[in-house]
Amino acid sequence: MSRFVVRRLAYAVLVMLGVSLLVFGMSRSAGDPRNLYLNEYSSPSSEDWKIMGEELGLDKPVVVQYALWVGRALKGDMGRSLSQAKNPLTVITERFGATAQLAGVSFFITVVVGVPLGVLSAVQRGTILDYLARGFAIFGQAVPPFWLGIVLVLIFAVNLGWLPTSRRGDWTNLVLPAVTLAWPACAGMVRITRSAMLDVMDAPFVAMARAKGVGRSGVIWKHAFRNALIPPLTYATILIANFIIGAVVVETVFAWPGIGRLAAEGAFNNDFPLVAALSIFFAFAFVTSSFVADIAYGLLDPRVRVS
Amino acid sequence: MATSGPFVSRALHALRRLPVLPALILGALVVAAVFAPLIAPYHPLEGDTGERNLPPAWLAEGSARHLLGTDYIGRDVFSRIVFGARVSLLVAFTVPTAGAVIGTAAGAAAGYFGGITDEALMRFTDFTYGVPFIMVAILVAVVFGSSLFLVIVLLAAFGWPPFARQVRAETLVLRNMDYVHSARIAGASSLRVMYRHILPGLTNTIVVLITLRVGAAILAESVLSFLGVGIPAPQATWGSSVADGRVYLTSAWWISLFPGIAIFLTVMAYNFAGDWLRDRLDPRLRQI
Repeated sequence: MSRFVVRRLAYAVLVMLGVSLLVFGMSRSAGDPRNLYLNEYSSPSSEDWKIMGEELGLDKPVVVQYALWVGRALKGDMGRSLSQAKNPLTVITERFGATAQLAGVSFFITVVVGVPLGVLSAVQRGTILDYLARGFAIFGQAVPPFWLGIVLVLIFAVNLGWLPTSRRGDWTNLVLPAVTLAWPACAGMVRITRSAMLDVMDAPFVAMARAKGVGRSGVIWKHAFRNALIPPLTYATILIANFIIGAVVVETVFAWPGIGRLAAEGAFNNDFPLVAALSIFFAFAFVTSSFVADIAYGLLDPRVRVS
Repeated sequence: MATSGPFVSRALHALRRLPVLPALILGALVVAAVFAPLIAPYHPLEGDTGERNLPPAWLAEGSARHLLGTDYIGRDVFSRIVFGARVSLLVAFTVPTAGAVIGTAAGAAAGYFGGITDEALMRFTDFTYGVPFIMVAILVAVVFGSSLFLVIVLLAAFGWPPFARQVRAETLVLRNMDYVHSARIAGASSLRVMYRHILPGLTNTIVVLITLRVGAAILAESVLSFLGVGIPAPQATWGSSVADGRVYLTSAWWISLFPGIAIFLTVMAYNFAGDWLRDRLDPRLRQI
């Protein structure tokens, strides 16, 4: 087990290293890097220009520049965001809670709705429920996430007036963004749970349980379901990472004050320090959730640990 | 009199069970993209500011001149959708194909040679899975600006690992086939073996995978366009059209709604077509 943990840890470090190289590499490959740290309104004097050059270490070899940059980043100094005029890390930590809340609620919805729906769809195969569930799943996987949000706003906020259109507030503000974020993931969950259940229900031990005289719901939930859990569980563990990505779109649509919207703002404002810091942060969140997911998966399925 | 040979009748027979609705949608897409200037009643970029924010034709203040209404500059929504089909079709063709080419080459090499090549490839695909796609896209847009070429490169760069993994898995099986062994004993070079003996066994999988990936590529491109880091304005893309209409959601909802429907129908049609193709060519790829 410890070898497994070490391997996943090594993978995490590798990805962070790679992303940092990617971000740094990009900053040094599009003309003078100092341009990235200036917004359209500032015109530095030649004195300031030289000082910036020294700070970035432009007179030194690239490797040293990279080391300088990483060193500062590890200490929490990610420069100054062009649009927020603060250290990007500060802004990120301020706004992260909102995204975490959104992702958490969406995760809850995905699991609580997706898994039972998948099980029922498999068990009631060929019925209306099955077709509805599969239609729900197909829709969710084909629909563009931003458009889904917009349509939901049109129906429930503009036309029916049941829910607010945007921003963060009380629980009513959470409903539409969470549903928008959760729907595609839920769709995937339904599909995966359904196919896993179908596979398991054909297994000999299920026939045995029936032959033994176990009641229908006992067969489904006590025998089949438990063994069908592994694919849905695997899927659930990668969900958090996907929600972090999906949040960029959903938060933009609903003006939700999280880091996803921050990323969109950074893109809009051509704010390199912010976007660079966000990339590192997103990669970190990604890698952390993958790591936790892998450990959880390793604990659940011993076969994974020895592979 | 020439009779139709077995190939023609088999092709016709295969078409018999074609899913009709997806095929129609995709057909309409191709026609719209290719013949856009002939089909679209108006120019997608020039708006008539006298006719701003007109509702669709079937509504009260709508006009039959603009079937799906106009946007805030007076551009015809329907025309923009038709021209937007060009972008989507372009992405649909180039991105999965590029991903397939790169992924097949890498996956086949990894599966065939094993060892370090295999390890390196697996680590690299793992790494690609761990990088947040949207952030990289935003980063690229901020540093280099955005363009059609960059979008395609970006999507292909994140789209090839699924190909590589699948091809690698299949190569591992295929390289143990008798005919491969025979070829190697006969002295065929590795390249020749891979190209002439292993690749033909991979084509079904590759074709199915390409079709299945098209939907993902179109969705990804539309997300990038929506965020403003995709194909730059004023080019008419479905994603940016939806973004344009956001400000007018309460008053001119048709600006955002219809391009989104186009995206949704297209992706669904490709998904269905991909499922159909997969069931016919390579059911092992089935996940549902």
